[in-house]
Amino acid sequence: MTDATANAPARSLFTEDARTKKRNRAEARFRAYGLAAVIVGLLALVMLLVSILSNGMSAFRQTFLTIPVELTEARLDPQGNRDPAEMAAVTTFGYLPVLAQSYIDHVESLGIEHDLSPQAMAAMISGEAPAQLRSLVLEDPSLVGQTVTLRVLVSGRIDGFFKGRVTMASAERDANVTPEQLQLAQALAEVGVIETRFNWSFVTAPDASGQRPEAAGLGVAILGSFYMMLVVLVLSLPIGVAASIYLEEFAPKNRLTDLIEVNISNLAAVPSIVFGILGLAIFINFAGLPQSAPIVGGLVLTLMTLPTIIIATRASLRAVPPSIREAALGVGASKMQAVFHHVLPLAAPGILTGTIIGLAQALGETAPLLLIGMVAFVRDYPAAPPEGLFDPASALPVQVYQWTQRSDPAFVERASGAIIVLLVFLIVMNAIAVLLRRRFERRW
Amino acid sequence: MPLLWLFVIVLALGALGFVLGRQRAIASAGGDARQLHSLPNYYGSNVAILTVVPALMVLAVWLILQPMVIQARVTSLIPEAAIEQIGSRSLVMSDVRRVAEGLDTAVAAGALSEAETRGLSTDETDVRARLGEVGVALGGAVTPEVLAAALRYRALDHTADTLRSGLVIVLAALGLAYGYLRTRQEFRARNSVERAILALLMLASTLAILTTVGIVFSMLFETFNFFELYPWREFFFGLEWRPSFEGGSDLGLIPLLWGTLYISIIALLVSVPIGLFAAIYMAEYAGKRFRAVAKPLIEVLAGIPTIVYGLFALITVGPLLRDYFAQPLGLGTSSSSVMTAGVVMGIMLIPFVSSLSDDIINAVPQSLRDGSYGLGATQSETVRQVILPAALPGIVGAILLAASRAIGETMIVVLGAGAAAALSLNPFEAMTTVTVKIVGQLTGDTNFESPEALVAFALGLTLFVITLGLNVLALYIVRKYREQYE
Amino acid sequence: MNDMRMTERGVDSKNIKMKARKVQVFYGTNHAIKDVDVDIEDKTVTAFIGPSGCGKSTFLRCLNRMNDTIDICRVEGEITLDGEDIYDRKVDPVQLRAKVGMVFQKPNPFPKSIYDNVAYGPRIHGLARGKAELDEIVEKSLRRAAIWNEVKDRLDAPGTGLSGGQQQRLCIARAIATGPEVLLMDEPCSALDPIATAQVEELIDELRERFSVVIVTHSMQQAARVSQKTAFFHLGNLVEYGETSKIFTNPDDPRTESYITGRIG
Repeated sequence: MTDATANAPARSLFTEDARTKKRNRAEARFRAYGLAAVIVGLLALVMLLVSILSNGMSAFRQTFLTIPVELTEARLDPQGNRDPAEMAAVTTFGYLPVLAQSYIDHVESLGIEHDLSPQAMAAMISGEAPAQLRSLVLEDPSLVGQTVTLRVLVSGRIDGFFKGRVTMASAERDANVTPEQLQLAQALAEVGVIETRFNWSFVTAPDASGQRPEAAGLGVAILGSFYMMLVVLVLSLPIGVAASIYLEEFAPKNRLTDLIEVNISNLAAVPSIVFGILGLAIFINFAGLPQSAPIVGGLVLTLMTLPTIIIATRASLRAVPPSIREAALGVGASKMQAVFHHVLPLAAPGILTGTIIGLAQALGETAPLLLIGMVAFVRDYPAAPPEGLFDPASALPVQVYQWTQRSDPAFVERASGAIIVLLVFLIVMNAIAVLLRRRFERRW
Repeated sequence: MPLLWLFVIVLALGALGFVLGRQRAIASAGGDARQLHSLPNYYGSNVAILTVVPALMVLAVWLILQPMVIQARVTSLIPEAAIEQIGSRSLVMSDVRRVAEGLDTAVAAGALSEAETRGLSTDETDVRARLGEVGVALGGAVTPEVLAAALRYRALDHTADTLRSGLVIVLAALGLAYGYLRTRQEFRARNSVERAILALLMLASTLAILTTVGIVFSMLFETFNFFELYPWREFFFGLEWRPSFEGGSDLGLIPLLWGTLYISIIALLVSVPIGLFAAIYMAEYAGKRFRAVAKPLIEVLAGIPTIVYGLFALITVGPLLRDYFAQPLGLGTSSSSVMTAGVVMGIMLIPFVSSLSDDIINAVPQSLRDGSYGLGATQSETVRQVILPAALPGIVGAILLAASRAIGETMIVVLGAGAAAALSLNPFEAMTTVTVKIVGQLTGDTNFESPEALVAFALGLTLFVITLGLNVLALYIVRKYREQYE
Repeated sequence: MNDMRMTERGVDSKNIKMKARKVQVFYGTNHAIKDVDVDIEDKTVTAFIGPSGCGKSTFLRCLNRMNDTIDICRVEGEITLDGEDIYDRKVDPVQLRAKVGMVFQKPNPFPKSIYDNVAYGPRIHGLARGKAELDEIVEKSLRRAAIWNEVKDRLDAPGTGLSGGQQQRLCIARAIATGPEVLLMDEPCSALDPIATAQVEELIDELRERFSVVIVTHSMQQAARVSQKTAFFHLGNLVEYGETSKIFTNPDDPRTESYITGRIG
């Protein structure tokens, strides 16, 4: 019997043979691929965040024009009796000339040379400004006849000029702005009449039409998202906890239980858009609930969030050792009492963490909301709950989608800004979840 | 009586039941709670449950049935001619409902009195104008038939509301009385309450089944309607997708399915190698500190909403790919493309693949690693030849789950892939997917009688069946794998 | 080098294969092995015995640097194989482990076919120059591990499908296939029934003809049956090392005697 293995030449351990060298090189390569994969993943995250932040940070700053406005009685209150009901007959179009004239006069008084027509001058002010002036006057009719100093939005293109989005060169090709307007804006900025400052109304104002990106805000969307989260929380937490308690503590091992288990794990992986179809068919077409209403969105998101909450709750119920249940049963508590008095309180931090994470997922969900009509253009804030749950509203992620569908490039900045708001909410929610876990985590 | 009031009354009766039941129980034990079978609160709760639960259940069923019954009775009032004139039965009915609701609003606002409403006729009054005054906008003038139907609708609705309120309150009172009379010293109130709670818990857990049933039925029903209007053969095997709202659309599934699969394949080509290698590095090579930082950071990618990825595709990746790859290579000028959507979706799926694979690799027993190292294998040889083959079923399961995600993903493709259906191999061309078309056909004003809208339900059902199949298969594989090492 | 130096414990003049001097092992701050000196002879079965937690397995794992895979473990002192320090910076543990094979407590066949299990080592070390040569190595290893007759008709069947004793012999075949010079066995029979244990013990005795075998065992009977030399470990110290017959009949150290007679352990 020849011995192939024993005939292998004796090698010193100190010299690396050619094969070992090759193998070690392969090892190093493999390790490098692994590291590269991790780095690519991290890089993608960085790119994503940089892209959103660099595009979106400017949405929180807005360019304003500060001018004294003479509220001429002849135009704003033709009857002269300061009755708001009668003054309401003057539409926003009636306020535009007042504003434009004050602006033209102010520029003249500053002695800035320009050769713009009055129309071109007026076009530099946002279409939102006359409405702002009108609501100011209707709120306090006594202002008519006085001169008030007003800070109004400039048009989206002028705003873009100060944010670097619009340049003299691009203005040459742009039908909505001329280089002369930009020059005037530049001159006004030098004397402080036009300035770019922090803009709260991006977070609080309602959406604006496609021609007025400068006025578009997230107020209605944030409120709508908040209402939906309220619905999701109120419905999914009790239902999810109840279902988990049943499955984990009481359910007999039978076909029905198996069916429920399989259903839950499958629902967790059903595409979100399918839930949108469900919402459209059942809640809107069948049950007749209104479109665009936070209640419908909340219901759909509840169904989507339930599996997440059930899975998390069951995990934390399972983590409570059986000895606790036995101790309670041992002193004569019923099974129900053992669960509700002892197991559930001990599992509460885990349940809460799971719920917050589920809510965070629901907050960012977009696709199902598109199908239940949340894409509608809504400018009115929904009323306070519970009636407000049935009022039309938007939602944060849907607002992002809507803004991406508009042609004015200024909406890219708005959409990215809205995402920053969304991400801040998500970070806060996840941070709370992490803190809860750290604070209450118990090892048995 | 408004719903809210009814609800409050039932709850109030329940609270009353609680107090009464508790008192009666204590009284029956001669004031000594220790003589009772259960704690006094259980007696109270028992009465409260008997008062509230049956009443609210009847209320819920009534609320679902009432509109259906009334609608059926009102529809018969409308002559066929009127239906043909307006278009379809459901359109007429929505007019009727709107007029009826408008009248309600008008009465509530005081613009019309109840008696005036009943005597309304289209000959004497311009109903549309009258309703317009109180802020109810109607699409067109109100025809006599619609007005008559609306009046009937209102009348029925009011009767039903009254009946409903009466029934629910009587039921609650009966429940209260029954529970109260049953309350005695030896009555096993705790067991009774616990049975009720258990029933509620069970009901909650069956919601998962109800959701699935709801999903399937909502789509199945409309899909049947669709196949009545459009031949199923042309849907499943049609090579053209050209919807036109004037009719005569081509609604072939194949181009959409192709786009979906093409994008998903690219997404998997990006995410599987990166995710798998990252998982291997994290599980086998990375030091504790590196792992503690890098792993959660990678998982952040999984917590980012898909709309963010969509915007990333739209404003960054799309233009980048177009300017640096597609245009120089002469492959296209569109920033939305299969590549854009695929790459971004791939990034989204990295943490999905990596964290699942990480779990699976860690589930491979240490003894196998020891065995391999003991034979003089290097770490990479151990990973490639021992750990990966051992973990393969689990990893295949993870990849299938990722594929199901990719196929069902919506926002990234809506913003990144484009809207034009195409059967092409060029990855830099805009294509569209099943999910994009579901969104496209169902957003905005849709007429649920046309094949162009109903096709979305058929698409949804197709999507549901595909992803469900993948999920079931994947979960089965993963479960089998877990059992192997338990 | 002082390869040929006789030890004070009266070892005969057989070749010394591995030599350990002043070996210390630390797990984090825990001092697991203290000052161990051992000479492993060629073509001999050496048994490490001692109560659980005495460090015998830890020391065994030092001999082919398996402890390297544990982050918190640190080894000091000198261990040589044929006079070469295995903890030298120039030594690649991969090459070392090809020469010093290992069999573990629990049978751990890879989830592959029987053939691939045995061929794994030769393949990664490039020992065969073709399919025929590989077949030969596999057959010879399985024969030596006394399992060939049981598996020759089902080499493609998964190794995990064998019985416990067969699995352990398969693992031994797998270890032999790389052509090691020393074979380390960490309680190889603790997971086996008595019949399988007898088969493996018989095998160990045959293996002695070609390799030096180091076996960790918690069973004193087993040590007495299979080994020529025995080392007794207690609380991380090597208490006594010598001819098996002497250790079991006339130990020098009272602690050894206590253990043998069952008073500690």
